[in-house]
Amino acid sequence: MSSRREAYARTLDLARGRVEIGHGGGGRAMAQLIEELFLAAFDNDWLRAQDDCARLTVPAGRLVMATDSHVVSPLFFPGGDIGCLSVHGTLNDVAMAGARPLYLAAGFILEEGFPLADLKRIVASMARAARDAEVPIVTGDTKVVERGKGDGVFITTTGVGVIPAGVDISASRARPGDAVLLSGSLGEHGMAVLAQRENLSFDAPIQSDTAALHGLVAAMVTAVPDIHCLRDPTRGGLSSALNEIARQSGVGMRLREAAIPVKEPVRALCEFLGLDPLYVANEGKLLAICPAEAAETLLAAMRAHPLGREAALIGEVVADPHGFVEMETVFGGHRLVDWLSGEQLPRIC
Amino acid sequence: MKYLDEFRDGRLAQGLAARIQREIEPDRRYALMEFCGGHTHAICRYGIEDLLPAEVRLIHGPGCPVCVLPGGRLQAAIDLVEREPVILCSYGDLLRVPGAQGDTLLKAKARGADVRMVYSVSDALEIARAHPDRPVAFFAIGFETTTPPTAVVLRQARREGLGNFSVYCNHVLTPPALRALLATLPPPSSSSATIGKEEGPGEKGHIDGFIGPAHVSTVIGTRAYEFVAAEYRRPLVIAGFEPLDVLQSILMLVRQINAGEVRVENEYTRAVGAEGNRKAQQLMEEVFEIRPSFEWRGLGELPDSALAIRPEFADWDAERRFVVPSIQASDHKACACAEVLRGVKRPEECKVFATACTPDHPLGSCMVSAEGACAAHYHYGRFRQAVAS
Repeated sequence: MSSRREAYARTLDLARGRVEIGHGGGGRAMAQLIEELFLAAFDNDWLRAQDDCARLTVPAGRLVMATDSHVVSPLFFPGGDIGCLSVHGTLNDVAMAGARPLYLAAGFILEEGFPLADLKRIVASMARAARDAEVPIVTGDTKVVERGKGDGVFITTTGVGVIPAGVDISASRARPGDAVLLSGSLGEHGMAVLAQRENLSFDAPIQSDTAALHGLVAAMVTAVPDIHCLRDPTRGGLSSALNEIARQSGVGMRLREAAIPVKEPVRALCEFLGLDPLYVANEGKLLAICPAEAAETLLAAMRAHPLGREAALIGEVVADPHGFVEMETVFGGHRLVDWLSGEQLPRIC
Repeated sequence: MKYLDEFRDGRLAQGLAARIQREIEPDRRYALMEFCGGHTHAICRYGIEDLLPAEVRLIHGPGCPVCVLPGGRLQAAIDLVEREPVILCSYGDLLRVPGAQGDTLLKAKARGADVRMVYSVSDALEIARAHPDRPVAFFAIGFETTTPPTAVVLRQARREGLGNFSVYCNHVLTPPALRALLATLPPPSSSSATIGKEEGPGEKGHIDGFIGPAHVSTVIGTRAYEFVAAEYRRPLVIAGFEPLDVLQSILMLVRQINAGEVRVENEYTRAVGAEGNRKAQQLMEEVFEIRPSFEWRGLGELPDSALAIRPEFADWDAERRFVVPSIQASDHKACACAEVLRGVKRPEECKVFATACTPDHPLGSCMVSAEGACAAHYHYGRFRQAVAS
């Protein structure tokens, strides 16, 4: 690489430079951006080969593939940024099949004029997240759009993983009598991002929960291989995740509001803005549905993992032809936990 | 959360529910209207009806600002933002309310109009400061609660000489709407002791008492409701928006009805006084004047029921700065919002409820705002309908 770098008249000005149209043009400027920024950060044998694709060795078994686009605004928020979020988001989608993620691909759409220093921060955050997760980013793509036609940076990541033998997790497998478990408190990502919006700028002590969940999932499937469903409640929050499962499985749910963990600052900010934490996005939590008799074992396995310390049993699956997700409120009455209508919060992931 | 969890305590709720149950007279029916959408939301969100005996029936009222805004006023805003190079700032709920032929501000936005969602009227002022070269209009709606902040911002705009800012005023008043609603009820009985027994259970349009506004009352005070008891012989209990407030006010209404009393009582003493907030009232008085008449969705044209911006603030009045024609937009013919807003139909009695009309594709305004009776019932309570059928 060092011999190639000498071909450029000068190195990229990562402190003061900006994204230019040429950085996506396929010419020398693009090659330089890739080498000095992306390759330097994500460095691995696949990328070093500098081919248009990565040749991968995959173990035998069932392969999982997932893709996720990230358009969060603002790009940097308490607890994370679009970079680590784009890695965690796709790893979690792969992990929700019970799979072990193996490789990631990343596509960038950059807006002309975007500061290279910010891009460097984002790429470094992605690299750190991928390294921590022990999943390499093996191929990628960069495009640049004219100023005003993007919003800084959009990142699409794709991941592949392999499902361990004996694991069959799907949103269509919830059965009446199953237990519904949640790995931790709700709403931190969505409220951390919202509190940063320029027209709100709350000084709320809320950090995004963005995290890669495949380690937690590995511990869970080891403890209870017969987990029926896993879902990370991202956009639309817990309510959307449960309604999706209810619809796909043809069942209903009964939740207990008092059992659902929500941290005090999130509750307070939701209260202030008239939002319901059950509808707010999470980026480091998961829902698990398993046979009732395995619930205690699964809960113990979740609580033994750092990302599941506050795991809770929040309800059960019931037979219901309407597919309603109902909840006993803290007040002792009952309410529906319906699908989200429209967008509660724009552009949070 | 301090000052909130105390008012959502499930054990206290069980105790109150038991007291209501004990005090119910079995041969009476208690048809109680909660005027405000805030109460409707709390009732549905916390499942309060599950805690009440069958003799108590809650009827949702018209106190949801988005719901009572007539389609014509909304269509006028859509036309304005498509015709003029104006930035129209609005609260989020309004964006999805149908105007004429189902058009919405959200659809206008998708067609290229500059419609921006704001969380407060001061955000709109901020946008006006940031875009001195563009006219910026704020779509003001709401009862007496949201009116003083609009007044503050209008004063601020005048003080700053912010020439590009204006307000499209749709503020409405609570007492005239309550009066209009009461006028449609059967005439008051000669003996107040018969309240709750005047008609059969669940008789259409029959209301034995009112759960009175919370936030509105902090501004206008309890005295503003005296006519409800004096002229229309109905008890009214002003109640906070927390679920225990609602239960407590129901108990107070049940006691009044049992005792044959018709009084204005105040459950929400931690926030509401007899006179209300004088400073807020003075602000409203300074900036706004009463419109001779204003159309309400569901209630029709009501005299002296809404506010217009005073001539002294004409430069900041969108209706004077732009051509804002009066538009008649009729509701979808199958939509029963008008009846729902008067409490004569329950949301689920509307033919299109949860079929053609859903929160994702609302035909009527009551299906839009979280405080709308149809939306609240759809989001939180429609499993009861399924159970019943």
